[in-house]
Amino acid sequence: MKLAYWMYAGPAHIGTLRIASSFKNVHAIMHAPLGDDYFNVMRSMLERERDFTPVTTSVVDRNVLARGSQEKVVDNITRKDQEEHPDLIVLTPTCTSSILQEDLQNFVDRAQLESKGDVLLADVNHYRANELQAADRTLQQIVQYYIEKARRRDELVSGKTEHPSVNIIGTTTLGFHNQHDCRELKQLMAELGIEVNAIVPEGATVHQLKTLSRAWFNLVPYREIGLMTARYLEQEFGTPYVDITPMGVVETARCLRAIQRILNDQGAAVDYEAFIDEQTLHVSQAAWFSRSIDCQNLTGKKAVVFGDNTHAAAITKILAREMGIHVVWAGTYCKYDADWFREQVSEYCDEVIISEDNGAIGDAIARVEPSAIFGTQMERHVGKRLNIPCGVIAAPIHIQNFPIGYKPFLGYEGSNQIVDLIYNSFTLGMEDHLLEIFGGHDTKEVITKGISADSDLNWTKEAQAELNKVPGFVRGKVKRNTEKFARDRGFNEISLEVMYAAKEAVGA
Amino acid sequence: MTLAETQPQSLEFECDTGNYHTFCPISCVAWLYQKIEDSFFLVIGTKTCGYFLQNAMGVMIFAEPRYAMAELEEGDISAQLNDYEELKRLCAQIKRDRNPSVIVWIGTCTTEIIKMDLEGLAPKLEAEIGIPIVVARANGLDYAFTQGEDTVLAAMAARCPSKAPTTEIEKNERNAIQKLMHFGRKKEDVQQEESEYADHPPFVLFGSLPDPVVTQLTLELKKQGIKVSGWLPAKRYTELPVLEEGYYVSGVNPFLSRTATTLMRRRKCKLIGAPFPIGTDGTRAWIEKICSVFGIEPQGLAEREAQIWEGVEEYLSLIRGKSVFFMGDNLLEVSLARFLIRAGMTVPEIGIPYMDKRYQGAELALLEKTCHEMGVALPRIIEKPDNYTQLQRIKEMQPDLVITGMAHANPLEARGISTKWSVEFTFAQIHGFTNTRDILELVTRPLRRNNSLKDLGWSQLVKEEANV
Repeated sequence: MKLAYWMYAGPAHIGTLRIASSFKNVHAIMHAPLGDDYFNVMRSMLERERDFTPVTTSVVDRNVLARGSQEKVVDNITRKDQEEHPDLIVLTPTCTSSILQEDLQNFVDRAQLESKGDVLLADVNHYRANELQAADRTLQQIVQYYIEKARRRDELVSGKTEHPSVNIIGTTTLGFHNQHDCRELKQLMAELGIEVNAIVPEGATVHQLKTLSRAWFNLVPYREIGLMTARYLEQEFGTPYVDITPMGVVETARCLRAIQRILNDQGAAVDYEAFIDEQTLHVSQAAWFSRSIDCQNLTGKKAVVFGDNTHAAAITKILAREMGIHVVWAGTYCKYDADWFREQVSEYCDEVIISEDNGAIGDAIARVEPSAIFGTQMERHVGKRLNIPCGVIAAPIHIQNFPIGYKPFLGYEGSNQIVDLIYNSFTLGMEDHLLEIFGGHDTKEVITKGISADSDLNWTKEAQAELNKVPGFVRGKVKRNTEKFARDRGFNEISLEVMYAAKEAVGA
Repeated sequence: MTLAETQPQSLEFECDTGNYHTFCPISCVAWLYQKIEDSFFLVIGTKTCGYFLQNAMGVMIFAEPRYAMAELEEGDISAQLNDYEELKRLCAQIKRDRNPSVIVWIGTCTTEIIKMDLEGLAPKLEAEIGIPIVVARANGLDYAFTQGEDTVLAAMAARCPSKAPTTEIEKNERNAIQKLMHFGRKKEDVQQEESEYADHPPFVLFGSLPDPVVTQLTLELKKQGIKVSGWLPAKRYTELPVLEEGYYVSGVNPFLSRTATTLMRRRKCKLIGAPFPIGTDGTRAWIEKICSVFGIEPQGLAEREAQIWEGVEEYLSLIRGKSVFFMGDNLLEVSLARFLIRAGMTVPEIGIPYMDKRYQGAELALLEKTCHEMGVALPRIIEKPDNYTQLQRIKEMQPDLVITGMAHANPLEARGISTKWSVEFTFAQIHGFTNTRDILELVTRPLRRNNSLKDLGWSQLVKEEANV
């Protein structure tokens, strides 16, 4: 048992659901107790999704506990097959079904006999995999399923596309800025003259999967999701992949050069150097920013970085290599992939921290007192408590991290966005210090008050106590409205009764 | 034969498949740890439970909440680790860091399935570490959303002291509400005040409400000469009310049937079954019922109710004649529907997770009476609803407002159907005369929003009509 207040990566089934609901016309059925479908709320809230989230529950209740699911799961699958005609139904195990140890594969096989669509059991162990590992695995599982199916039916599309082309693998629903990243990558590919063969899973249909082999190469922008699929495709079709995250100016150039090498190996004869130069020097503002006086002021400032592998590693490199900022420590919560992280960042920071314990991370922040933090929503709140500004760079995230405006983290526009994020974090911190040193904006004593909250009315102790229970940000309004009500009716003392009468009459 | 005559004359109940969306009952820790200030809630479950709480509670998580997960690992599931030793280690840490007056263990689906004997372990560990441990099995196998509070309060009911304290000091410490009412006054004043109450047997209310609402309802009863001698739960665990045999009790929320049963069977209290004080009509009926049990003639209630209705006319004019569909997820549905029908709306369907016809008996009778008096059709009451078929009915009947969970709200709005998020009703102050306005504020918000956006032509925002 572990005492936990907060977790960075969610449970395994969330990963499976993120993959399933990223595809078009794929439905997930969770084998779970009532209330475990919170995923639907998150998707509907955070992504502001207009469509119903294609996830339902085959409810595990007392009866199921006593006698097993029996026909229930099979019925729910066939029912959903008839109601919504999905191409694929993914039966998703949860922590509860893991311990029940029912033969879910058997249910899937039986349901398959009656269903028009395909039925698949997500091969994920709740107690061994987290959200990210499960997502990686489920994507690979679905891709493999459809490639094998196509191969059996001899429907596999063979041969490469005429012009160089790419599959972008790993953009998902509820992924940090994934939609914006995806658009930026498509644009980048277009500028390089590379066709986009497929984007999986976000927005793809399962029918597209049999064409994955046509791409000249696969691009895996995120370390956490998509790598298993890319490796599978390499093994099956010899398709090479690029797994360099194009985040920051230097890494984007490195990614493009890797693409160039892969395409030239296949006889494309492309040269992206001129494009990289033009983008770096003149289009993206990030390289120029690192030369400007603003960035000079940041030199040697202390920062800490924490997040998932992809974002924490990339941001650490940007801070240290592209801005001259002193990264005291960089950390990740992807414990299962810690070696990769160490290898990526060790030369760019003093210390590497691998931990899933938010308390330990909070302590590590307090210990070094950085000028800015780059982390998840949890680190933002640690920053609030310690009065240190924080830029959010990775999940777990809140609704404000699903901006409507265009805010990619990848590619050249992404590097602009990151500059803004980093710069704003630091200047705010500086401003704070200046205010502290000089004692605030208005140091001269104020003689006349424009807005007065004083009153001639008497509040009884009970009423005053009750008023103090009203949340601070509306207390002034409640007080004013109550006093106006009392004055209008000629009360000269405000008791509890008067207070409630005011609330009833005027909504004070 | 007119259409009205084909309507059933008494309420009909149906039970559907139970494929519906609601919150897990462990969510009750979110409001109970805030209500019971010296408590600590330990949820014994998996990452799934933790993830739900973390996301559902939002910003509250960051305020060093007095709740935590005892996250079960593979070793716990396969019994390689000893439950007792593990819990002891965690509870000792909680005692060291927070020093609470009570630790509430919330049992989850996982502890049920692996049959972890929490009720058996608690008394042993309690004796060993010296902090009361209350066990509530608030799991998704058995319960929905607000029923979580019911399981906690039923467990708390067993911890209420059974003898009224004798010394004055103890009395002062014990009775929080009384203290609040007498705040800072001299003893003679207090004695004089005691005489303002009618002579009736001790009366305890149950149900967790924000402190301002507790004060409001207590004052409301005081006006009738009824003294509330305690409240389950109180602000602190150490202030749980005395419950002697023969005390009268009454519930303030519709989802507290286990607590009511426990109070009657185990504590030998007498339950006053009344409609719930939600909405001005409900509050009046609630007070009248309590008065009638104590043989008191209620004073000024009709005027008070009329006055409240008059004060909210601006809201009523917006909802009169409009229809509202309850998908059902928090058990407040019947009371809210009854209030909204009185306010002039029609209700085609009330979905509800679980219907205790005995505990909600008076509320159901008032609903029926309200429908007859307002001349509207009786709603269908659907227990354990099926969200999929409900969405089809919604599509067909196009109600003016759907009260539903967040999973369906945005997709319905995109299809031009106004929604109100049901969970807000559990967190907003909706009890008593005073908060009638707040319910209407919630209910009319989407309608007022529609009024301000109505000329923009943006109500249908999905391309093809998806399979609703």
